[in-house]
Amino acid sequence: MDKTGPTAADGRAAPSSEAPIETDAVIIGAGPVGLFAVFELGLVDIKAHLIDILDKPGGQCAELYPEKPIYDIPGLPVVSGQELTDRLLEQIRPFEPTFHFGQRVDALERLADGRFRLVTDRGNAFVAKVVVIAAGGGSFTPKRAPIRGVEEYEGRSVFYAVRRREDFRDRRLVIVGGGDSALDWTLDLEPIAKSLALVHRREKFRAAPQSVKRMFELVEARRMSFHLGQIAELHGSDGQLEAVGVRSKDGALTRIECDAMLAFFGLTMKLGPIANWGLNLHENLIPVDTEKFETSEKGIFAVGDINTYPGKLKLILSGFHETALMAQAAHAIVHPDRKLVFQYTTSSTSLQKKLGVR
Amino acid sequence: MAKITFIAHDGTETVVEAEPGMTVMEAAVKNSVPGIEAECGGACACATCHVYVDDAWREKTGPPSEMEEDMLDFAFEVRESSRLSCQIKVVEELDGLVVRTPEKQF
Ligand SMILES: Cc1cc2nc3c(=O)[nH]c(=O)nc-3n(C[C@H](O)[C@H](O)[C@H](O)COP(=O)(O)OP(=O)(O)OC[C@H]3O[C@@H](n4cnc5c(N)ncnc54)[C@H](O)[C@@H]3O)c2cc1C
Ligand code: FES
Repeated sequence: MDKTGPTAADGRAAPSSEAPIETDAVIIGAGPVGLFAVFELGLVDIKAHLIDILDKPGGQCAELYPEKPIYDIPGLPVVSGQELTDRLLEQIRPFEPTFHFGQRVDALERLADGRFRLVTDRGNAFVAKVVVIAAGGGSFTPKRAPIRGVEEYEGRSVFYAVRRREDFRDRRLVIVGGGDSALDWTLDLEPIAKSLALVHRREKFRAAPQSVKRMFELVEARRMSFHLGQIAELHGSDGQLEAVGVRSKDGALTRIECDAMLAFFGLTMKLGPIANWGLNLHENLIPVDTEKFETSEKGIFAVGDINTYPGKLKLILSGFHETALMAQAAHAIVHPDRKLVFQYTTSSTSLQKKLGVR
Repeated sequence: MAKITFIAHDGTETVVEAEPGMTVMEAAVKNSVPGIEAECGGACACATCHVYVDDAWREKTGPPSEMEEDMLDFAFEVRESSRLSCQIKVVEELDGLVVRTPEKQF
């Protein structure tokens, strides 16, 4: 749930100005379907780069339910979200995909030569012959803090991620949450903040025990404070926070003076920049045909939870099927001069060579 | 069958009949009870099926599991009586259960 810790978010601040990465295919989203797309593309000699805003592969399976069982993957009577992710990674290894984590694809446009240019929020650019959108329910984005009236302060003095660590220097800071993001940032920002108060609703933390221990040591040394309770009130004006009211279990209200609040309440999926790429959308989903799973733009495909067509089911199984047909169509674009012959992995020497089993 | 009463933040009551074996969340969604969103479909992965169990029923529903407590960290105005309704299984003994829905589901 909490994977927006210091390293991931800090990196986002530095845009790189290197030359674009040129490749056959860019896959947007490294969920189960994006991962399997690597396999199907690989079988038809298409090399892929994957980009995901998360700092790890697996999409919903890894982020929302790593430990929970899935019972409807053909051939695997029961497999957990994380295990499925690990097995997919093993299965696609022969095709040597390149992963780009912790960044969101913000822009997608067609170049004069027919290829596509993609740019991420870190400023990294890619040029690809085909694009596969496997964006699921959209980009994983921090959830809004469940506090009345918080909208008024968002972006000015209430934040859900750290863009620049320096922004918090010499400020009176309140951090809310009990997961790794909240604890990691507490430990990271304590030395530079003017004051720091951590607020969590219960004694138990989801964060790593050693971070919690370290935090309590800082409290002991009077370098920061810890408050058991929930934020019940926000005080301030024009979006500038002046204080927060923390309600403890027994109902008592404590006022903490502050200039800024960092709140970590997990992640949720938002469509995000996909809406700006000029593709036809239907209720935040991308309509595709069921022969190629191509969008309204030739060469841009959409597979998995993000697409829609008559009879669509948001199942991993369906997403896998979609990637196989998509790869056939992508082949015609990436290798227009080559004829595609239908082959089985069981018996084809050439496919087995690609898989490294021969 | 078990009768479950949902009381919304504004006091509106909705009474539904739930089949033992289903969850309180499923009973709510099946009957379009307002105030329960259940974005993740009952996987204890979203905290948008948050309810307050009426004090008279808290012993029968029991406390939240550890995984549920973790997820409750993301809910709005969590109280001692807070539960995620997708984690409460309907049993005959819960016939008459009363739960309140919070002002907001986040
Ligand atoms: C609790 C739960 C239980 C489930 N159980 C089952 C089950 O039993 N069986 C089943 O078949 N399905 C199940 N599902 C559904 C299944 O997880 C989804 O169908 C599947 O994850 C879809 O895979 P995907 O690769 O299409 O998208 P996702 O898994 O949603 O991955 C998409 C990825 O794309 C990234 N992304 C999106 N936009 C951008 C962008 N602009 N830039 C960078 N990255 C981006 C996202 O961050 C995300 O990581 C379950 C879902 C949940 C939540
Ligand atoms: S429905 Fe998502 S946690 Fe209950």
